[in-house]
Amino acid sequence: MSDLDPAEVFRQEAADLIETLEQALLDLEKRPDDGELVGLAFRALHTLKGSGAMFGFTAVSEFIHEFETAFDRVRKGEAAADRRLIAAALEARDHVARLIDDPDVDPARGQAILAALKVAVSGEAPALGAPQPEPAAAVMAAAAGPSAGWRVRFRLPADALTLGTNPLLLLDELRALGPCDVLAEAAEVPTLDRLEPQQCYLAWDVTLRAAVPQEAVDDVFLFVRDDMDLLIEPLAAHGAQQPEQPDAATAAAAALAAAAGLLDEAVAVTPPAKADAVPAGHLPAGPARSSAVKVERNATLRVPAERLDELMDRVGELVIAQARLSQLAETIHDPALVNVAEEIERLTSSLRDTTMGTRMVPIGSLFGRFRRLVHDLSEELGKSINFVTEGEDTELDKTVIEQLADPLVHLIRNSIDHGIENPERRAETGKSATGTLRLSASHRGAEVAITVSDDGAGLNGERIRRRAEEAGLLLPGQAISEGELNRMIFQPGFSTAAQVTSLSGRGVGMDVVKRTIDGLRGSIDVDTRPGKGSTMTLRLPLTLAIIDGLLVRVGQDRYTIPLAAVEECLELPTGVDGDARGRSFLNLRGDLVPFLKLRQVFNTEGRPDPFQKVVVVASDTTRVGLVVDQIIGNNQTVIKQLSRLHSGLKTFSGATILGDGTVALILDVMNLVAFGQKLEERRRAETLGRAA
Amino acid sequence: MSDIQETKGMHALTIRLQDEMFALEATHVREILDPVPITRVPNAGDFVGGLINVRGSVVPLADLRVSFGMDRPPPDADTRIVVMEIDLDGEPLVAGILADKVYDVTDITAASIEDAPRVGMRWPAEFVRGIGRRDDDFVIIPDMNRIIRAEGDRSSSLAANERTDR
Repeated sequence: MSDLDPAEVFRQEAADLIETLEQALLDLEKRPDDGELVGLAFRALHTLKGSGAMFGFTAVSEFIHEFETAFDRVRKGEAAADRRLIAAALEARDHVARLIDDPDVDPARGQAILAALKVAVSGEAPALGAPQPEPAAAVMAAAAGPSAGWRVRFRLPADALTLGTNPLLLLDELRALGPCDVLAEAAEVPTLDRLEPQQCYLAWDVTLRAAVPQEAVDDVFLFVRDDMDLLIEPLAAHGAQQPEQPDAATAAAAALAAAAGLLDEAVAVTPPAKADAVPAGHLPAGPARSSAVKVERNATLRVPAERLDELMDRVGELVIAQARLSQLAETIHDPALVNVAEEIERLTSSLRDTTMGTRMVPIGSLFGRFRRLVHDLSEELGKSINFVTEGEDTELDKTVIEQLADPLVHLIRNSIDHGIENPERRAETGKSATGTLRLSASHRGAEVAITVSDDGAGLNGERIRRRAEEAGLLLPGQAISEGELNRMIFQPGFSTAAQVTSLSGRGVGMDVVKRTIDGLRGSIDVDTRPGKGSTMTLRLPLTLAIIDGLLVRVGQDRYTIPLAAVEECLELPTGVDGDARGRSFLNLRGDLVPFLKLRQVFNTEGRPDPFQKVVVVASDTTRVGLVVDQIIGNNQTVIKQLSRLHSGLKTFSGATILGDGTVALILDVMNLVAFGQKLEERRRAETLGRAA
Repeated sequence: MSDIQETKGMHALTIRLQDEMFALEATHVREILDPVPITRVPNAGDFVGGLINVRGSVVPLADLRVSFGMDRPPPDADTRIVVMEIDLDGEPLVAGILADKVYDVTDITAASIEDAPRVGMRWPAEFVRGIGRRDDDFVIIPDMNRIIRAEGDRSSSLAANERTDR
């Protein structure tokens, strides 16, 4: 970890903060009165500014300082978080991201954004009975104006120390503003037998003798204010109480000493100016260390992705070694060895699941990004869109999620640009003016289905046909099923947009989507109803690393079929023999299922086994039977990608290493099913031809 | 890269294919294996018709004898697999090369390397980077990148055709 570039650490942290900021701003647009959201956005800004300065991103922190100043008016309730302000703030957020990437980005641009932001916050501020987001701020606003000083009384929540708040730092910050008298109130400190060393029992009463604006005092407590008791009063009002202080301090210190029973006299009679030294000496290990002891909330850990990949590789090797051990144990027939082998198998399998679990990320992290996209697009196109997300906690392998971002952007853009109509058109067709775009994710067996659906105009079959014919993808008048016609939109170079907009319609996009999804061993399907809307469904495997497989033998070669796709296994009935080219049909409880003889598909030499087996595999609703010589059994399959030399082979999705160290190819069920589907469609066409 | 090596000569692993001696870039050789079980890849073509397990990774096995139009007798006691890391368009590709026999590692001086003659060779000239001399023998220096690119493309398209034919 020590070789981590500090700037990189900042960038990672900043990326998270910027996302928090963006989400808060977008939420704020819907709930402008929510003080929590304002606070959230403000804290994100403040932290960004602080760490930006710390890591030498001066341009960033300077810009954020201005941003913060403007946004502060919202926090104080002097400006309303209206659409205009949110838009300006989002602009500013983008600029922050740009500045972090490249600190030398044109400063004039930043100035323009800030100017817009200032106009937005100043605009209607006085006219509005602005919401008061935070009670503490309200109290202070009433007492605005400089005074001789401030009396600050605060009590931190009991768990403040474990959460990493250091009261000493707060006191130091106050002292940095001017001379302070600090008094600790130890009345709440329990007797020793009930004392929890990690709890904060003290309260502080600070007299700050400096004519500073109350914002300065306020800022000290910026990060802790939400949960704490805080009272800030101008000093003049409490002048009378001043003389009491030394007594109170001595009493407090004495009480503390009595409670602890450990402190020596010198501490007990500490003069008031140093009263804060008492609790400091009393803190067991300092908040930074104590926070490590009992962290229950947010117990997460940031780990570089490549370590997880490495871990996955090791587990993969372990799975292979374990398979070897199991095979060995079976041949040797030593009960003790078999026992150990079974134990190892069980452990390996649970280790595999746990490791894969660590790579799983809820898809909500991805969905969040699209809210901004939808927001910006609907502004730009003048369409009113209600963006609904469902199943954000559906988990998917990290690598899959990363690669899903681009395809989903394309699909969402398409839906907004081509699918959802503008408000006038919607009104004409009797729909509500606001369109709905729904993004949802759910588990379906060993797959995850992600759908992007809109209630827009739907795909225009006639226009697709026309375009496909123009592009030479379809012969004029060629008969084609509705599903196939809709799938035309995934062909390279296809676009039906009458007008090429800046968003979509350039004819790149949908084919890229299809390619990416194919690369993830997934599938994409489109369902559309004219005038009602369309739904794009992506189906993706849960993981790309290890799957359960069914090992089969064809001739002398062994192949693995992903178990999730296997529906059933049966013996090939005698008399149902395929034709010479390896295709025919099987009657499966009344359904005709095409089957492929893998011996013929793979040009296997030698004589087939007398009793051939059929493995029925399915993808979605389509089934196909794969005829093999022998079904060997289940195995855990570590997927190894094929090299570029074999990337042209579509019937295999990868390879794996078996228990005896040999390599077995993994069948690509999707492509085999598609292959079978083509056969069936051809058969239907033939039957129709014969009937006609 | 290849320019430097050509001017400085070459640190080479010499192998035998049929009855010709070939020189492979020794710095690119990872290891030399005794024959291991080979998994046949249906429809992939003869050049990369197999996969082998090299310490837990799945590695394609390339047969240069296919590129040079040679006979392919079954493996015997001398057969070895040379595992090489080949730089292919900036991406490393690990591949096994089947050798009828592995001789030794030797230096071939730049002076003794000549360009492949355009005529008078039994094999495709584009696959030969040069001919070196070692004692009284000729050593063929194959252009691995070109061979792999050409054969890889061919077997991919071959597989694709075969698929759509069915």
